[in-house]
Amino acid sequence: MSAKTWTPTPARPAPANTVGFVGWARENLFATKFDSALTVFCAGLILYVLDVVFGWAIVDASFSGEDRNACLKQVQGACWPFIDAKLGQFIYGRYPEMERWRVDWVFALGLLGLVPLLMPKVGFKRANVIFMLGFYPLFSFFMLTGGSFGLVPVETSDWGGLLVTLVVAVTGIVGSLPLGILLALGRRSELPIVRALCVGFIEIFRGVPLITVLFMASVMLPLFLPDGVNFDKLMRCLIGVALFASAYMAEVVRGGLQAIPKGQYEAAAALGFGYWKTTRLIILPQALKLVIPGIVNTFIGLFKDTTLVLIVGLFDLLGIVQLHFTDSSWATPETHITGYAFAAFVFWVFCFAMSRYSIFMEKHLSTDPNQ
Amino acid sequence: MTDPVIRISDMNKWFGTFHVLRDINLQVAAGEKIVICGPSGSGKSTLIRCLNRLEQHQEGTIEVEGVSLDGSLKNLESIRSNVGMVFQQFNLFPHMSVLENCTLAPIWVKQKTKQEAEALARQFLERVRIPDQADKYPGQLSGGQQQRVAIARALCMNPDIMLFDEPTSALDPEMIKEVLDVMVELAEDGMTMLCVTHEMGFARQVADRVIFMDEGEIVEENEPEAFFSNPQNERTKMFLSQVLSH
Repeated sequence: MSAKTWTPTPARPAPANTVGFVGWARENLFATKFDSALTVFCAGLILYVLDVVFGWAIVDASFSGEDRNACLKQVQGACWPFIDAKLGQFIYGRYPEMERWRVDWVFALGLLGLVPLLMPKVGFKRANVIFMLGFYPLFSFFMLTGGSFGLVPVETSDWGGLLVTLVVAVTGIVGSLPLGILLALGRRSELPIVRALCVGFIEIFRGVPLITVLFMASVMLPLFLPDGVNFDKLMRCLIGVALFASAYMAEVVRGGLQAIPKGQYEAAAALGFGYWKTTRLIILPQALKLVIPGIVNTFIGLFKDTTLVLIVGLFDLLGIVQLHFTDSSWATPETHITGYAFAAFVFWVFCFAMSRYSIFMEKHLSTDPNQ
Repeated sequence: MTDPVIRISDMNKWFGTFHVLRDINLQVAAGEKIVICGPSGSGKSTLIRCLNRLEQHQEGTIEVEGVSLDGSLKNLESIRSNVGMVFQQFNLFPHMSVLENCTLAPIWVKQKTKQEAEALARQFLERVRIPDQADKYPGQLSGGQQQRVAIARALCMNPDIMLFDEPTSALDPEMIKEVLDVMVELAEDGMTMLCVTHEMGFARQVADRVIFMDEGEIVEENEPEAFFSNPQNERTKMFLSQVLSH
């Protein structure tokens, strides 16, 4: 008796209308009559919005000119010369023009330090962190305020625009993460007094609006300080923003801490790790990774909340853009729309970048093969 | 019998108002293998968790290698690093590779250099038969492999005593054997072991003594041969008939 010989059936190509672009479109865009209708409707909507935006920002827009006359046309579009003329103000505020190179240096060095820090593959992380958290803040402080090393002093009341936005946001971000982590750990502490203090701090700062915190910091705080003791208004705002953001950060981090199973603490304890080593090596790396979306969410919220410093008389990017609407030599119907569009775009670029980076880090840090 | 490495006398423990361990007396000699069995809720896991103070007892004394475990203990960490523990749920650190799981404690608790720790880790991974998985993450391994990593991780601290808390209860039947094989080898090498398990075959093969617990008390203890063939207590007989009949 001879065994049957089995030959596998040769593979045939899939039907043409199920693969490639046609196959994709059939499956994703036109699978049912309702899907087709929805696809057509949404495509129309997208085209319409694009047409309006494109028409306003490009086709009907003015691109060059020295004053408002450039933007007074029959059909009104964006008044880009306004942005062009005011760009220096928008970036530096009233920082003296002769001294603006100092701000540029701070921006450039910050970028130079930040980019390699954000790229996981670039080495020297420890040196980079020391540079960015040790040297860079000092460098920026002396560079921007002046008064030493032969630099002309520049009052913080003359700072403005993107400079103020970035100073407030970066200090808030850098300050709130470690403070928030400590508060979150404190809130879960077994020591009742530490826990009570942290809960009190978090609930007070989370329970009041940022405007109140800023107002307290800039108007009320000096009343409590002894005569002659006064520190800079911007500095007070920085502290206020950082404390405010840290309360939110603490709750985000606590969410991550609560997601770590008890077994992780027990395994660490059984191996001889104490509280701080367990926290630093085993718990926090996992907890922070879990809440990256929440952390970045807080960062983005904080970045946009910096516009509220206007309430205490500091002019951030949005504040300074609004301030220049009152310039009569640029008074056109489109000036404020153009200004707001510009400010919105700048804020969007920063926030979108943070958002994308958070998604990148989530993927980079994932050790779960099922994702 | 040489001087016992573990000496428990008149030990009592409560969870809140619940009396979970009652008048426990137990001495374990160096190199002895003890299997603890009993129905769920009998306090067997709690008992071995008291030995590295993951749980704290309220009355009586526990001495591990001559050091009394009580609230005044200053160097709890160093005691713990001499007592290895393997958990039912493995409890590997998921954000670290297998090798990093094994080197973390030697580096940070025992201040070994990275090279020393890695050499040691590879040696123990070899011993639990997964040297080729060193660079993978725990999530990429099967349950049996993860538990063997957990054993290697504990061994990397060169413990004098190993505690096993139902090490095979969360595993598929096919994986139980690979973990038990590693534990048998460890026993043959002379490690002092306390093992909470329902694997009666393992108890027969390696245990010097089997302890049966119920309601927080040690009901019966004996050498495995006598324990299985001639249990003294009605409760033990009933338990064994349940466990051995299937």
